[in-house]
Amino acid sequence: MTTQILIAGFGGQGVLFAGKLLAYKGMYDGKELSWLPSYGPEMRGGTANCSVIISDTPVGSPIVDKPDVLMVMNLPSLDKYENAVNAGGKIFVDSSFIERKVERSDVDAYYVPATKMAAEAGVPTLANMILLGKLLKETKVLDFEGLEGVFKKIVSAKRADLIDANLKALEIGYNYKD
Amino acid sequence: MAEKVLMKGNEAIAEAAILAGCRHYFGYPITPQTEIAAYMAKRMPKIDGTFLQAESEVAAINMVIGVAAAGGRVMTSSSSPGISLKSEGISYLAGCDLPALVINVQRGGPGLGGIQPSQSDYFQCVKGGGHGDYRNIVFAPASVQEMADMTVRGFELADKYRMVSMILADGTMGQMMEPVSLDIPEQKKYDKPWAVTGTKMERKHNIVNSLSLIPEELEQQNFDRFAKYAQIEENEVLYEEYMMEDAEVCVVAYGIAARVAKNAIVAARAQGVKVGMIRPITLWPFPKKVLNAAADKVKAFVTVEMSMGQMIEDVELATRCKKPVLLCNRAGGMIPTPEQVLAKINEAGGIN
Repeated sequence: MTTQILIAGFGGQGVLFAGKLLAYKGMYDGKELSWLPSYGPEMRGGTANCSVIISDTPVGSPIVDKPDVLMVMNLPSLDKYENAVNAGGKIFVDSSFIERKVERSDVDAYYVPATKMAAEAGVPTLANMILLGKLLKETKVLDFEGLEGVFKKIVSAKRADLIDANLKALEIGYNYKD
Repeated sequence: MAEKVLMKGNEAIAEAAILAGCRHYFGYPITPQTEIAAYMAKRMPKIDGTFLQAESEVAAINMVIGVAAAGGRVMTSSSSPGISLKSEGISYLAGCDLPALVINVQRGGPGLGGIQPSQSDYFQCVKGGGHGDYRNIVFAPASVQEMADMTVRGFELADKYRMVSMILADGTMGQMMEPVSLDIPEQKKYDKPWAVTGTKMERKHNIVNSLSLIPEELEQQNFDRFAKYAQIEENEVLYEEYMMEDAEVCVVAYGIAARVAKNAIVAARAQGVKVGMIRPITLWPFPKKVLNAAADKVKAFVTVEMSMGQMIEDVELATRCKKPVLLCNRAGGMIPTPEQVLAKINEAGGIN
């Protein structure tokens, strides 16, 4: 089983970190994985994306150009990648910023007003975690259990307050019913 | 076995270098390798090492010459345009028989080019780059683990043979993260009686210099150096064979292009096409023998390269042009897709 995931949005929305969290979780769960960011002079204020592959077998190319799972946090990313998603794939949309619906009928689309929900929950910078929570729920690519342990390994003790906020955002997304 | 950590390729190079005993790093920032310098800037002061951001790439490579002459483990890193600037110094390192590790995380060229991944510095790094008759040992890692492992091996072979080792990576290898084990074995200590460490009035001066105005002597130095290179070609070749047992088509690719090619090979095998890959891990010394042997078994070769076709010449030479060698390539910072490689494999499979 190999799942190819593409996460895209504006620079600053936390799309690279959302991918990194998947990568760390995959590693601690004993999966094979790769994480590859877009990089370039256009990133700040422009679009950013990362390719994450989670697999039971060694990963070949780390480049995801035909995702099974697409998570988009802005309209340009949905416009750019919607048609690339494999048939039967899943698309996760931050509907706070993206007003249109997914046009494909051969994929499952999930709409989460993540940015709005994040602001209401008092974690305005964590829309990425809310959308990622929904992604984990619907794709089951990795277990939701054990995320706290992962955060404890990757966040320094000085910033421990961030862990609770991130977990809260992930749970809000995980429990959201669209 | 050390617990695996998740790291970018660039960071893995930097940490592996430190674990291998490198305590001097000189560099100048350039995308897509800047994480190496950033990592060194953070770590070196904490371990009594030297991190120095030089005023230019030319200055940085000359600082490398200084530490190497004094017997220290030293490295520098850059990306394509910066490696051009360092090439004079690399030639001087070769002329002085000094060990050092030079990292090239390639980007598209020529000129300032772009910042996206490329493999178009193959000729530059494998064939020389600087002037004069010399070789670098060139490693082409294809995973973050290999970025770390080849860094360690690069230092080891540089010291063993008193010459420059290079890591020829690209933007993708530098930027991607994978789990990596940094279980670095204890490093062999090489005596460096030639190093300029001060005579303490106990021995004659050591002189490290690449100037030799007597042609008979300079010729002999070249002969001696090439005798050493012949040993390296015999003993230090690294490559991976993948699904070659019954292959009729042999893909030859290194670094990120080999990763893409693997996907295409899996897809081709699913369609019943007998295809495998020989992946050079050292580009010099080049895996000539295994390629030449494969040429007696396969119908055709396909090189997958992110350049206009550079390694293809070495494949043709190594195989004595016994079988056709097709080129599957992208350039300028573009990466071939598995579909493009698959189409070329099928084209090669159709050759009779």
